[in-house]
Amino acid sequence: MSTVTARPDSAWDRVKDFTPPPRYIPIIATFALFVGLFGVGGMRYDGLTDPQVLISLLIDNAFLIVLGVGMTFVILTGGIDLSVGSVVALSTMIAAKTLQMGWSPYLSIAAVLLTGTVLGLLMGLLIHYFDIQPFIATLAGLFLARGLTYLISVESISINNSTFSELAFGTVYLGDYYIRWTALLALAVVAIAAYVLARTRFGRTVYAIGGSESSAMLMGLRVAFTKVGVYVISGFCAALAGLLFSLYILSGNSLHAIGMELDAIAAVVIGGTLLTGGRGYVVGTLLGVLVLGAIKTLISFDGTLSSYWIRIITGVLLLTFVVVQRFATRRQQ
Amino acid sequence: MTQMTEPDVVTAPGTDPQPVIEMRDISITFGAVRALDEVSLRLFPGEVHALMGENGAGKSTLIKALTGVYTIDEGTVLVEGESHEFHSPAASQAAGISTVYQEVNLVPNLTVAENMLLGREPRRFGAISVREMNRRARRTLLHLGVDIDPRSVLDEHPIAVQQLVAIARAVDVEAKVLILDEPTSSLDADEVEKLFTVMRRLRDEGVAIVFVSHFLDQIYEIADRMTILRNGRLVEERMVAETTQLELVRLMIGRELETLERLDREAPNTEAESGTPVLKAVGLGRKNTLEATDLELFEGEVVGIAGLLGSGRTELARLLFGADHADTGELTVRSEKRRLRSPRHAIDRRIAFSSEDRKAEGVVQDLTVADNMLLALQASRGWLRPIPQATRTKLVTEYIKALDIRPADPTALMRNLSGGNQQKVLLARWLITQPDILILDEPTRGIDIGAKAQIQAKVAELAAQGMSVVFISAELEEVLRLSDRLVVMRDRRKIDERRNDDVSVRDVLEIIAGEAHPEGDPHA
Repeated sequence: MSTVTARPDSAWDRVKDFTPPPRYIPIIATFALFVGLFGVGGMRYDGLTDPQVLISLLIDNAFLIVLGVGMTFVILTGGIDLSVGSVVALSTMIAAKTLQMGWSPYLSIAAVLLTGTVLGLLMGLLIHYFDIQPFIATLAGLFLARGLTYLISVESISINNSTFSELAFGTVYLGDYYIRWTALLALAVVAIAAYVLARTRFGRTVYAIGGSESSAMLMGLRVAFTKVGVYVISGFCAALAGLLFSLYILSGNSLHAIGMELDAIAAVVIGGTLLTGGRGYVVGTLLGVLVLGAIKTLISFDGTLSSYWIRIITGVLLLTFVVVQRFATRRQQ
Repeated sequence: MTQMTEPDVVTAPGTDPQPVIEMRDISITFGAVRALDEVSLRLFPGEVHALMGENGAGKSTLIKALTGVYTIDEGTVLVEGESHEFHSPAASQAAGISTVYQEVNLVPNLTVAENMLLGREPRRFGAISVREMNRRARRTLLHLGVDIDPRSVLDEHPIAVQQLVAIARAVDVEAKVLILDEPTSSLDADEVEKLFTVMRRLRDEGVAIVFVSHFLDQIYEIADRMTILRNGRLVEERMVAETTQLELVRLMIGRELETLERLDREAPNTEAESGTPVLKAVGLGRKNTLEATDLELFEGEVVGIAGLLGSGRTELARLLFGADHADTGELTVRSEKRRLRSPRHAIDRRIAFSSEDRKAEGVVQDLTVADNMLLALQASRGWLRPIPQATRTKLVTEYIKALDIRPADPTALMRNLSGGNQQKVLLARWLITQPDILILDEPTRGIDIGAKAQIQAKVAELAAQGMSVVFISAELEEVLRLSDRLVVMRDRRKIDERRNDDVSVRDVLEIIAGEAHPEGDPHA
């Protein structure tokens, strides 16, 4: 026995004996699910295994990735942001309207980002200083932003600014494959968010608040700043996602992105972030968005299934993940 | 240094350096209640300063005033002679004041190292250096003699370890003042000793330590100086060595000790051990919780269960009450062999159980005193048969009076009562159901000496009236004072059972330590 253990472990032994820390299990499960979806799909449908399909998944869901990143910050503190779908719609509308009025596209982009950030700031201040439930405060934000969109224009406004079109179709070629820079921007947002959450005091305070807000306060952490900050980030991300969405769809419309906040929440939860806060990673959210996108892709590849199956499968997945998380956290206690 | 004339302040001649903290005439008012009334406190470097007083005396308020949680209405705080105002915990921490609260105020979802260094993580190029953080955490933990992996997640560890992590966090800032608010209430003897070692080391390094504990022995073991509070006012500042325990208790409760003395019970009730037991457990056990245990309980008898934290004493109580299911053995209640499937079952058989965790399993903070008291009775009647208003009023008034619950207001919200009074309400809740068998798990933990004495007196009185009581407490003196028979537990099993005639704390400790003679040996 001792002779066996005295020998240095071979690489395979180490792989074999590796057990991931429990906090990574949800993310690994999501990743496995994603790989599984593509594996099964690849066997059934030709062309699904083409890497371009995978890249397209990123391109088509760039806005949802950015939206999910902002939502992850909020959910990690134990809050929720229901306003983001409406902020996306408002962003498309502000972009379309200002461009129609002849603003410079850069000024237009700045206006959109500023609006989303300020909305997030207002909701954050309400939530922290007036102690209003995030659910209610952001529900008010949802109605407000949607209403403002109608106020700007009831009709759909198309975007035909040349700079915007160039941005929208800006493409980077990687050998035989191509990726739009909107997708690269989304990945950059994920990377920055992951860095902020893991390696800055702000990020760690986000987790601390999710674990126990009163403890975080007694530990002398900057609770107020951080709590308001996550809603500012979510508002900014929603505005950025709105820009990406308007580049994707090239119009401003008050009917855009209805219910998109729920897609974002679903992606965050499927990505392994606990709704009660304190546990989760933005990489999980990225995987969550990709899983949702993969379901859509699979169903469109199949061609025989109606699109409502997307909703049904999403619902089942969401439920499964929440139940699995429940068991995982209960076992630890 | 100006000598204060009233109240007395002891000045050890020539040895008093400048206090690191001096709080002068601090007053704090909450609504109509004056929580602190011109209280002063002086903390000297290199001293352990005990803050003494009953529950509700204002200890916690004073601490929270110093740590910036509460705003001071009147009075001044001097830090090394200079006036300071703390408007937030962060400001107080920046001035070198670190606090460890009674409840572990850490974040369960992060690692041990993060919990120690959150808010002051070592950074390289603006980014938190995880490696450096773990290294620093490990060093501090080793300094304190705590051997755990700083990378592990906090909620993987038992409460006692989490408490030590909280202290490690407080120590890491190289605090000038370390406030320990009842750090020992969830620690066992070994862990307390470890904590004291750490405290002495820090004291010798020049830290001023504020120590709050309900265990007088601990105060006398570790503290140098003490400040005694009563009803939000300063009673006296004293040197511990110059004050006897009796004097201290008198200063704290401000009344004569007849309640305590009344308890010096006559010989144990030996007649009890005859006839059929009201409760009999044979081989009662549960996997990974408790080894097969026998226990008999006779009418009018108090059986005390002694043992360290984790010895299985709480687990036994829970099995007796049916709160957990036994895998093995059987339970006989009044010669009726029944498997207790649930607490409801037990209540129907006139068994009552007051849990050790009164916060989580006992009181409902947002209900009134009256509602809390009547909860168990209402549950046993079923929700469709409300208790008549007249009966409610009568019962509640009666028990508020019998147990001296303060405030004597049935409509007061539970959360506004002190720990001792909450415990009395819990006791009342079960007494109202008129049980034959009362299981009390740590009924006096964390409560002040006056309330403690009243609860003990009540238990003794009930037993004299024929109630059978299982009494569990970490305080051996208390178990010995009350019990007719003594059961000692260790490592999840019963290791000894003997009649309580002249058993001393030392005897029990020897039994627990495994040095005592086996049962039946004459000990002389």
